Amino acid sequence: MLTCFIATKGGATLDQFLQQIVNGVSLGSIYALVALGYTMVYGIIKLINFAHGDVYMVGAYVGFAVTTYLGLGFIPALIISMVTCAVLGMSIEKIAYKPLRNSTRIAVLITAIGVSLLLEYTMMYFVGPEVRSYPKLLSPKVFKFGNIIINMQQIYIVLTTIVLMIILQYVVNKTKVGKAMRAVSADKDAAQLMGIKVDNTISFTFAIGSALAGAGGVLVGIYYNSIDPLMGMMPGLKAFVAAVFGGIGSIPGAMIGGLSIGMLETLVSGYGNSMYRDAAVFAFLILILILKPSGLLGKNTKEKV
Amino acid sequence: MLEIKNLNVHYGVIHALKDVSLTVNQGEIVTLIGANGAGKTTTLRTISGLQKATSGEIILEGKDITNVSASQRVEMKLSQVPEGRRIFPAMTIVENLELGAYLRRDKANIKKDMDNIFELFPILGERKKQLAGTLSGGEQQMLAMGRALMSRPKILLLDEPSMGLAPLLVREIFNIIVNINSTGTTILLVEQNAKMALSIAHRAYVLETGSIVMTGTGEELAKSDEIQKSYLGG
Ligand SMILES: Nc1ncnc2c1ncn2[C@@H]1O[C@H](COP(=O)(O)OP(=O)(O)OP(=O)(O)O)[C@@H](O)[C@H]1O
Ligand SMILES: [Mg+2]
Repeated sequence: MLTCFIATKGGATLDQFLQQIVNGVSLGSIYALVALGYTMVYGIIKLINFAHGDVYMVGAYVGFAVTTYLGLGFIPALIISMVTCAVLGMSIEKIAYKPLRNSTRIAVLITAIGVSLLLEYTMMYFVGPEVRSYPKLLSPKVFKFGNIIINMQQIYIVLTTIVLMIILQYVVNKTKVGKAMRAVSADKDAAQLMGIKVDNTISFTFAIGSALAGAGGVLVGIYYNSIDPLMGMMPGLKAFVAAVFGGIGSIPGAMIGGLSIGMLETLVSGYGNSMYRDAAVFAFLILILILKPSGLLGKNTKEKV
Repeated sequence: MLEIKNLNVHYGVIHALKDVSLTVNQGEIVTLIGANGAGKTTTLRTISGLQKATSGEIILEGKDITNVSASQRVEMKLSQVPEGRRIFPAMTIVENLELGAYLRRDKANIKKDMDNIFELFPILGERKKQLAGTLSGGEQQMLAMGRALMSRPKILLLDEPSMGLAPLLVREIFNIIVNINSTGTTILLVEQNAKMALSIAHRAYVLETGSIVMTGTGEELAKSDEIQKSYLGG
């Protein structure tokens, strides 16, 4: 229907559509980075880490602080934010989740919500509830292809995401610690029989997932230019939807899921009404849960709870 | 080589192992037989560190390892083939074997050992890139054994390697166990197939509802009336 609509309306509408796609890919890249953390943590300890969106928020603030007060550029800000979030993620796991390793899942889930609120309001205590604007880190240059506009931020977002995903794929598939992660995700007892230290591997998974969220936070700061202590709630939920759509536990699934949700959101805003874009994402979640609860690339296993 | 003294294990209120003591000497094949639920798997899991003991001691080559982590026990050259194989289904045969060598750093020897595994189990060598989850039960058992051997264990614990296999394959697996033992690896074998297990074991223990009720050489036990009645169907 969409294509037929485009064909009849001619070139201007096609441009508009392509523009939405460009915007969707940029936004979707950020969701994908955040979704990876959800999916990796779920894969290894079967926990929906509700505090993950707030780690992304902290990442945005770290980026804000080092660029505003230390005058650092994009790349150093990105790296510092990723490292800080990795440490934060590992600490959350050690302090809040690890003592509950043998508790019921609902207990851990409630703890995760508690950690989320703690991060949000601790940040609010220190920086205040007001929205802050990110300094301009990138040149305001835009590239025009016909009527389609691609700005510098979008290029940085997409390039950064691609580089990080390539590194992630390499780490997970080729390195020893990546193999340990996959082994622990598949079977903790069997992994221990290989000599793998399960606790260290879980810790490392939180570090990687949180670092990616931190990168997402900096990217969203340069894209939308504004950050606040509650900024992690909505994107956190959407990234979670992205992870479910891709198949929770699946790394490629989270990448595809993130891009899809970003696209869905921009298309709904572009063609419908931007007031419906959040509703559209959650309506989509309900659809997935009804039609294919295991997601695009998820394993079709019945979960024992 | 391995000595267990007065081991007790509880699952909540269930007293699964009651003062179990047993010894495995260097170079031996020792088998632990018993009915379903006797506590055989629990014994092996406690030895390899996956299950915590309530009391008792586990001594490996003179060192008390009761409080040593499971992964450190692998470093001390103790390896287990778990019940139900527990291979990594989404990984290839080669990746599974590589994980068996997770703690080793001697790349060249790892490669050599992998080739040895493929010699021992030619069928695995023909399917190096196949996902382990798509292998047949027998092939998965071979992979599980190969994976355990990749850590170059001094002592290998095997939990029901014959489970679910056709008689011909069971014979082959047992031949391979004897073969592995003849190259100097000490073996503690848990089996429900008492007949086969006793035929290859130097010594054996019989476990009944958490307690050792009998011990002797494989031959002695195979001839004993009680064993004949309860485990050998005669
Ligand atoms: N995780 C567990 N939680 C509670 N009880 C358990 C657990 N694992 C084993 N048990 C109980 O401990 C006892 C010994 O079990 P175990 O698995 O060691 O027996 P087994 O001799 O290996 O049996 P099988 O031949 O069927 O494998 C059984 O009564 C079993 O129900
Ligand atoms: Mg058993």
